[in-house]
Amino acid sequence: MMTAAERLDATFAALADSTRRAILARLAQGGASVAELAEPFAMSQPAISKHLKVLEHAGLISTVQDAQRRPRKIEGARLGEATAWLEEYRQFWESRYSALDELLSELQAKSPTKPAKSKRPPRRTR
Amino acid sequence: MTTPSNTTTQVSLPSDTEVHVTRDFKAPRALVWQAHTDPALFQRWIGGYPGWTMPVCEMDVRPGGKYRWRWRSEDGNEFGFYGEFREVDAPDKMVQAEFYDPGTFGGAMPTTPTVTSTKFTEQNGITTLVVVITYGTKDERDAAISTGMTDGMEISYARLDALVAEQQGEATAESV
Repeated sequence: MMTAAERLDATFAALADSTRRAILARLAQGGASVAELAEPFAMSQPAISKHLKVLEHAGLISTVQDAQRRPRKIEGARLGEATAWLEEYRQFWESRYSALDELLSELQAKSPTKPAKSKRPPRRTR
Repeated sequence: MTTPSNTTTQVSLPSDTEVHVTRDFKAPRALVWQAHTDPALFQRWIGGYPGWTMPVCEMDVRPGGKYRWRWRSEDGNEFGFYGEFREVDAPDKMVQAEFYDPGTFGGAMPTTPTVTSTKFTEQNGITTLVVVITYGTKDERDAAISTGMTDGMEISYARLDALVAEQQGEATAESV
């Protein structure tokens, strides 16, 4: 069993590769066999299989065992976990930058060419 | 307020110790630079958290110049950051070496600084900000990101809620 931190590490390591992200994007549209996944890439099936192993180890995809083609399918929960971890941090920055947006438009409205510091208090209390 | 769809903050983790943050602004680069380097302006967007004030915002923006930021809550808790500007190349790029100041919260002080590089580029009146934050270790980076999931997040969620309410208020006012 992996700890939560180890799971995140494995997930982000798996996501750090553009081919693997493309595979996930493809699987997000529905399950696909190794041959189908290899098709859009200039890669051999064994090379694609290596990427699939990394994704499967990270819990991002799974193999449908009872089907003949053994298609891979995406596991949304793990991706959701990783996304949530970063999303909250992202929103922290976004809240700062939204405040900066507001300040920038206020400064531009005052003096479109030569921005100057405002003597007027901000429009809203913060 | 109408915001183009590309003005949404994007965060990625390009390596074990880095965080990459990028965001577009509908403003000339000189103005975005000014908002990052003029303490009076910087103070207005970097930390307008409800219930928190920013009593200290000192910045000597030049290579080797020092800076110190400190926030204080209504119940008297404080934390902050301090550091030194390593590179200042107006209005293109600034690099800061920064330490966390745990203030009244306590906690371990990192021995190596967090290095933040901020790049400003402008195209067609849109300024793109690219921030690369490099932590001393992967654990420090992960802790910094995870801080957002506990105390810090309550602050920024409240801030976000306030912003959403503000923007909805504006949208209503505009549509009347």
